[in-house]
Amino acid sequence: MSDNVIIRAEGLQKYFKGNEIKALDGVSADIHKGEVVVVIGPSGSGKSTFLRCLNLLEVPTDGHILFNGQDITDKNANINLHRQKMGMVFQHFNLFPHKTILQNMTLAPIQLLHKSKEEAEDKAMTLLQRVGLADRANAYPSQLSGGQKQRVAIVRALAMEPEVMLFDEPTSALDPEMVGEVLTVMKELAQEGMTMVVVTHEMGFAREVGSRVLFMDQGKIVEEGAPDALFDTPQHPRLKEFLSKVL
Amino acid sequence: MPISETMQAWLDCAPEWILNGPEWLADFGYQFFKSFIYDMRWYQYVEGLGNTLLLTFFALILGLVLGVMVALIRVSWDNTHQELNPGPGKFFLGLGNGISKIYLTVIRGTPVVVQIMIIFFVIMASSNNKLLAGIVAFGINSGAYVAEIIRGGIQSIDRGQMEAGRSLGFGYVATMRHIILPQAFKNVLPSLVNEFIVLLKETAVAGYVGLTDLTRAANIVRGVAYVDFLPLLGVAVIYLILVLFFTWIMGKLERRLRNSER
Repeated sequence: MSDNVIIRAEGLQKYFKGNEIKALDGVSADIHKGEVVVVIGPSGSGKSTFLRCLNLLEVPTDGHILFNGQDITDKNANINLHRQKMGMVFQHFNLFPHKTILQNMTLAPIQLLHKSKEEAEDKAMTLLQRVGLADRANAYPSQLSGGQKQRVAIVRALAMEPEVMLFDEPTSALDPEMVGEVLTVMKELAQEGMTMVVVTHEMGFAREVGSRVLFMDQGKIVEEGAPDALFDTPQHPRLKEFLSKVL
Repeated sequence: MPISETMQAWLDCAPEWILNGPEWLADFGYQFFKSFIYDMRWYQYVEGLGNTLLLTFFALILGLVLGVMVALIRVSWDNTHQELNPGPGKFFLGLGNGISKIYLTVIRGTPVVVQIMIIFFVIMASSNNKLLAGIVAFGINSGAYVAEIIRGGIQSIDRGQMEAGRSLGFGYVATMRHIILPQAFKNVLPSLVNEFIVLLKETAVAGYVGLTDLTRAANIVRGVAYVDFLPLLGVAVIYLILVLFFTWIMGKLERRLRNSER
């Protein structure tokens, strides 16, 4: 395995109970350090399931996931420790409504990284400043707009200083005019060299920021490649059809 | 006509304006005197009230502890048993879940009077501590209802909250503790207050095992004073005041909790 592979997925299979269809049907992929891998595909193609398997929010029925060379699907692996290094951003933000923005961001660093309150708050304020929300530090999530919530969700994950960030359709639940502010933050993050795996329907983002695009359909990666090649000269008929509908 | 000792005591201390007032007033004054004043009978109610409050308080605590434990076992089993690997952990969680289900069925399916009698006359027969038996009986009883309230509260929290906690690196238990339970408690507080009020009133059957609670105090006075209405009315008023008081306190608490989110 080459040194700069952060996550390697090997032959992931996922069946959901009572469902004949395979959500994942033998997906393998390497995520390299500093890469922005964008996963696109029609709904139900398994792209979210694939992403959620990477930090085991969904446990694959079969296959392995190696994180920094360690098999985290192994029974004896301490998944909680690995997850500290894999930030995740959800479609519906999932901020903690009973905590302020600052508390949302400092809870995990204080409890899990055993940082002092001051240290964690300093770090959180720096991050909030970066996304232009320092003045909302003491607000509650219900007082924020969707775009603001998602920016907080991103910096909440960043407060744990992860090695890789997973984005599960981060702009799908946003009003159209708020999509831009979230994508801007993600773009900046990519430019700083953060390794990212992004499931999205934002083709513009995929093209501009992505270093590699995976196209999934029916639980398989059907085509992958550099964004320009994939969008301009799609090979697989399913991808051609998909692009003709979304572009 | 010779007058009774009680009547004599009443005539000795009754204010003139009542004795010389209309007949119904004089009669009411005498009934009141017999029900609450003569022979320091008011003290019986005070003692009964003390026992009712003690019983309710400790039963509430026992019920909360039991309820939270049972709710957590039930929810954890429901959420995780499909993914847990077979082993001692899964075995004990499954065992706990089974015991919890039996507990809920039996306690919610039988009258609390029967439960307290079984606990006092059978299970704790060797001890004559009525208060302890009452606390155990009402605590176990209340725990079953609290468990279902809290389980509902936990299950009403969006799945995404658990996922967000886990994705940050918190374990299942830590996510429950820091993220799920605080929200669940806030949501179920009104139901818990309601359960507490039900418990306070239900302790009125503690007299079945001879525990002198507020209701039994009234009954005792009724027996010695030969007055029915006023002792019963008196305790009804006391219960009502208690319930109104606790409703008011909890309303304030709820409002403060809710404000913390705005």
